[in-house]
Amino acid sequence: MKIENARRFTSVHQSLTFSRRMAIAAGAQTAVGALLIGRLGWLSVAENQRYQLLSESNRVQLIPVPPRRGWIVDRNGKPIAINRSSFRVDIIPQQLTDAEKVVAELAALMQLPPDEVERIGRELKESRGFQTVSVADNVPYDQYAAITVRLPDLPGIAATRGFTRYYPAGSAVGQLVGYVGVANAKEYEKEDKNPLLLVPGVKIGKEGLEKTLEQRLRGQPGGQRVEVTARGKLVKELDPKPDRSGHTVQLTIDSDLHTYAARRIGDQSGSIVVLDVHSGDVLAMPSMPSFDPNNFSDGISSNEWKMLSEDDHLPLVDKVLEGLYPSGSTIKPLMALALLKAGVDPSRKVVCNRAYPLGNHVFHCDARHGPVNMEEAVVRSCDIYFYDTCRRVGVQAFAPLIKEMGFGEKFELPFDFQRFGTVPDPEWMKRRYHRDWQTYDTINMSIGQGNVLINPLQLAVAAARVASGRRVMPRIMPGTQPNFAMLDVSPKDLEFVRQAMGGVVQNGTAAASKLPLENVQMAGKTGTAQVRRITMAERYGGGVIANESLAWRMRDHSLFMGFAPVENPRYAAAAIIEHGGFGAQVAAPLVRDTLLFLFDKQKALASLQAYEESIGGPPAVREVRKTAAWRASRGLPPLPETSA
Amino acid sequence: MISSAIIPQPLAKLPWSLIFLVMGIATIGIMTLFSAAGGSMSPWAMKQAITILAFLTLAVGMSWTSEATIKQVAFPIYGAVLLMLIVVEAVGFVGKGAQRWIDLGFIRLQPSEFMKPGIVLVLARFYELLPAGDIRSWRAIWPAAALIGVPVGLIILQPDLGTALMISFIGVTVMFVAGVPLRVFLIPGTALAVAIPVVYEFLHGYQRKRIDIFLNPETDPLGAGYHITQSKIAIGSGGIFGKGYLNGSQSHLDYLPEGHTDFVFATMVEEWGLFGGALLILAFAFVIRWGMRVAANGKTRFAQLTAAGLSATIFFYVAINLMMVMGLAPVVGVPLPLVSFGGSAVMTIMLCLGILMALERQQRTTSRLI
Repeated sequence: MKIENARRFTSVHQSLTFSRRMAIAAGAQTAVGALLIGRLGWLSVAENQRYQLLSESNRVQLIPVPPRRGWIVDRNGKPIAINRSSFRVDIIPQQLTDAEKVVAELAALMQLPPDEVERIGRELKESRGFQTVSVADNVPYDQYAAITVRLPDLPGIAATRGFTRYYPAGSAVGQLVGYVGVANAKEYEKEDKNPLLLVPGVKIGKEGLEKTLEQRLRGQPGGQRVEVTARGKLVKELDPKPDRSGHTVQLTIDSDLHTYAARRIGDQSGSIVVLDVHSGDVLAMPSMPSFDPNNFSDGISSNEWKMLSEDDHLPLVDKVLEGLYPSGSTIKPLMALALLKAGVDPSRKVVCNRAYPLGNHVFHCDARHGPVNMEEAVVRSCDIYFYDTCRRVGVQAFAPLIKEMGFGEKFELPFDFQRFGTVPDPEWMKRRYHRDWQTYDTINMSIGQGNVLINPLQLAVAAARVASGRRVMPRIMPGTQPNFAMLDVSPKDLEFVRQAMGGVVQNGTAAASKLPLENVQMAGKTGTAQVRRITMAERYGGGVIANESLAWRMRDHSLFMGFAPVENPRYAAAAIIEHGGFGAQVAAPLVRDTLLFLFDKQKALASLQAYEESIGGPPAVREVRKTAAWRASRGLPPLPETSA
Repeated sequence: MISSAIIPQPLAKLPWSLIFLVMGIATIGIMTLFSAAGGSMSPWAMKQAITILAFLTLAVGMSWTSEATIKQVAFPIYGAVLLMLIVVEAVGFVGKGAQRWIDLGFIRLQPSEFMKPGIVLVLARFYELLPAGDIRSWRAIWPAAALIGVPVGLIILQPDLGTALMISFIGVTVMFVAGVPLRVFLIPGTALAVAIPVVYEFLHGYQRKRIDIFLNPETDPLGAGYHITQSKIAIGSGGIFGKGYLNGSQSHLDYLPEGHTDFVFATMVEEWGLFGGALLILAFAFVIRWGMRVAANGKTRFAQLTAAGLSATIFFYVAINLMMVMGLAPVVGVPLPLVSFGGSAVMTIMLCLGILMALERQQRTTSRLI
């Protein structure tokens, strides 16, 4: 360069420079070419696997195929919740050519009501990508067939076979299993936007066991693998991945017994629980009135919903777990056990003359029992005996045992909502009401009033614990035979209480509710829980107003807890009928018939038939009548007759 | 050149090796367009075949043009194209929108395309006229810089960064082979290399983001990086021998955008793999080498510089497009000549080849006379 610089630049130099520069340019071009081929090789060989994967995930989309929901069966394998094949019609917005025309034609074919047509139109507008719009679930076969033959003229319509949840026992199991429904936005968010929840026909558990056992029942979704374009248009279907249906869940419930008990409750508002005292298996736990989960699974009309939510018998509340009631006299056997443990001599007598003054207040008994000992006090349900004796031993002596028997206890059960009530004691009183425990609190508690609140399951567990002498824990799903710990009481005391409870049915308050059997008898204890304060005027004037003449809401709750057989108990049961009146009158016969069903089905069914005749026929008939009356009272047109 | 008694002389004298190469590349292109349309001659493959055939005929026809004629029209053509660029700019200004072409009714003329061979011709002519001794002086630089700068500025205003860059590269290449001192290239080049990181620091957030996305398109796979990401997926998923003809899922399912124009290489490689891609690159390399040979054998300075510049034009087309498609350069919108669908690039390349063939013919005839 320097030499060249010094001289004059000639055309010879120019030619030389050109050749050199051309060589450099050609070299640079070759280098770029090599770089390009190298890059190409890098992408298509070294990174091939990665890009192949990306290309494949571009190309193939998985349309989830809803898994078949697992069954729920009872202890004998009898189905409680199953799937019935059904027909459904959906619209695939992508394939629609003339939405209005197609929807109009569908509406005519399927006789869709106007508000449904409006809903379809709205959902069509909102739907994006692959999300199909459901026209109808549970389409009758002839409509399904009518649509199928017209499919070529209805582009964008898909008529498919699907599955609908079916509960053979209907409303008897409503509170137990809950129901299924289409996931809402909240549930979709909660499951991290699980795409399965958007698939038409996919229903998830909304209440009860369907909800709490959701993950076991749901199963693994299958997939229809499809090739789609970047704009989401379907090109072709590839080999499908089969779905794995959900697990079958077996319950400890005896479906027949459960249904029987539900029917036996009749039109009353209440619940009954039956336990196996050895295993803790819950054999039945109907809460009535209830709702028919079948109606929920394919959507419920606003009138149906209104009728359910306005009912003062609370069909939407599971009374077994969510109903809290004063235990009333059903606490007495447990109290007797506690008194024995505290060293009270069972032969000690207290004179009952119907009134028990304390300070300037007088506590009452419902009869003048005269001198009673402990056994008589349980059998004849004398309040004065317990006022006096409990007052003498003090709350600290009996409260722990009441708790140990199951009152106020929370059980590990797969239900999403349980209320477990209260067993008050001085510490609780301080915490809750910021006051000291008073003697009248002891008096109230001694007969299960005051702050004592329990649910029916706890009452049944208490009966089972008395019956077995062990810390029975209820369970809803079968397992191995559990080995419950012994209760911290002497077997002699337990036997005494069991005999006293036998006496209640033999010749006590529940004498009218003996099992009509030769060799099996039940033991129990009635209870009547006041929901109002009996006025002085009633007590000393015209007498306590009879339950029948009070408004339903003011009547006493009727309770009964018991077990059978008296010797070597096998089953325990408890029933609470809201505002049912005396325990002996309503709850005790209910428990009797229910337990009778376990020993003699024929007699139990005969008894049920007689009972249903007295209240106006079988449940279906009563339900139709009730609905018609409800609709009439609101000026609604009567429902069309269903062919089924 | 084929020597045979049967084939008539004018035909036999055609540069058949080049024509076969070009037709081979065009065939690959047309087949790819056929596949990109989902196995159909319409809308692209048939049109492209006709365009290529027409312009190839034109190029072969041009090969009888004499060097003297080309020399004479160099400046007029440059002037005319510059005028058209100004007209386009004015029309675009009136129409209040980006405007790149002049619509003549039957054809849309994109003047910036003509500027690619135009800049080569005018610079070659300029350096031919420049006395040999002046090449190391300032006089060799500023007129050339102006000749490049004015059209590049106009094209940037359109705005068409890809074409502007290409014309700059082509012009600089002609200056380089003309013998302009190295420091003229090295000093600005070094300055640019130093400036880029500094400028990056001063850029706005969104401008910086564009550069980031170019450097790492995976950070924005659905937005600005979508083209490059999908293109790399198409190329990478092809493997060594590709997914097979008509089986490219990326292009057929529309994941690859512009699969028939700028990203046609990705469409092709997805189906033909590394093998097909390398073959196409080699074919282009031979075309460019043929042009470079014409330059090296040039008897006049004008012929040397023109041939070198036109070869560079083809080279930059191919190189920029392939770098862009494979994620080595930002997406600037340069098509792959003879393969991408579209008449403009075919026309430009055929103009370049026509002039190259004319120069090559004269080398042969003059060499025979000597």
